[in-house]
Amino acid sequence: MKNLNIKSAITNLLAVSLLTVISISFTVVAADKLEINTVATLRDHTEIDTQKEPNRIYKVVNKDIKQGRNYPMQPPIIPHTIRGYEVNRNNNKCMSCHSRHRTEKSQAPMVSVTHYMDRDGNFLADVSPRRYFCNQCHVIQLDAEPLIENSFIDMNSLMKSKTVNTDQH
Amino acid sequence: MKNILLIGWRTLTKPSAYYSLGVLVIGGFIAGIIFWGGFNTALEATNTEEFCISCHEMENNVYEELKTTIHFTNRSGVRATCPDCHVPHKWTDKIARKMQASKEVWGTIFGTINTREKFLDHRKRLAQNEWTRLKANDSLECRNCHNFDYMDFTEQSERAAYQHSTALAAGEKTCIDCHKGIAHQLPDMKDVEGW
Repeated sequence: MKNLNIKSAITNLLAVSLLTVISISFTVVAADKLEINTVATLRDHTEIDTQKEPNRIYKVVNKDIKQGRNYPMQPPIIPHTIRGYEVNRNNNKCMSCHSRHRTEKSQAPMVSVTHYMDRDGNFLADVSPRRYFCNQCHVIQLDAEPLIENSFIDMNSLMKSKTVNTDQH
Repeated sequence: MKNILLIGWRTLTKPSAYYSLGVLVIGGFIAGIIFWGGFNTALEATNTEEFCISCHEMENNVYEELKTTIHFTNRSGVRATCPDCHVPHKWTDKIARKMQASKEVWGTIFGTINTREKFLDHRKRLAQNEWTRLKANDSLECRNCHNFDYMDFTEQSERAAYQHSTALAAGEKTCIDCHKGIAHQLPDMKDVEGW
């Protein structure tokens, strides 16, 4: 009898604890959903069963002025329109200005020498096949406001604030 | 055979015995108008986009490619059709081009480019035909719409304004030298100047 009581008590306890665990996990999932919803920027919190009025299509920035890089390894962005520029097996329109033997005429920046290296570091005569498709890394910019506030801090600013802090000590 | 030809020749050289000069002159004049009008109407009928893309070689290759470009759809709705760029507007040049184009009829009958693969194989040669033609006539077909005298450089991007006000203005370069592949995809551009 006593044994049975203990058993039932244990099962009760287990059930309760299990329930709490489940309910907690449910609230976590719900919280996640809310969180996701706040990041659902393109649809702008539109209900799932309604159609959103599409956003304006933004213009491509075409100022031909070099933009800064946010970190040293950032591929430079393209400061001009590239509508109709073909980059395929037959030809690469970008390279008709940016390749080594065209820059003198075009006065465009030359693609960096790393583009001429294969993965073993050997220099090739022309752009390496693995670096051929410019738009894999280099992109145009639109005159749009960012959809989400970006909290990225440039490493130089980080180092500056650090030196200021150590100075105060 | 010789006799029949002789009879025909004599009829043509002898003065008319039954019709008055007036009937012959006025009749000839009217018939001339009808034939000339008919010829020009037929010529104009072959000078339309519907006629060009009635061959699948044109519809499935070059016309499909044109659809994505600015000469097909743009902010102001002005459209270039095939003959606007590929047929000269002046009558004598047009007739000359039309005679050249009779080779294209030959091509379509014998299926020179009747598949995409065949078309791509011939693409460089075909493109070069058009480039040399436009180079030789100083990009006349471009200039039928794009008049250099009315270009507003301040409305152009800095790079475009620079090139247009120097190389193009001096006549060193013509439109097609830089603007290749603006309405159709490009062939392999190896050994093409400027690539």
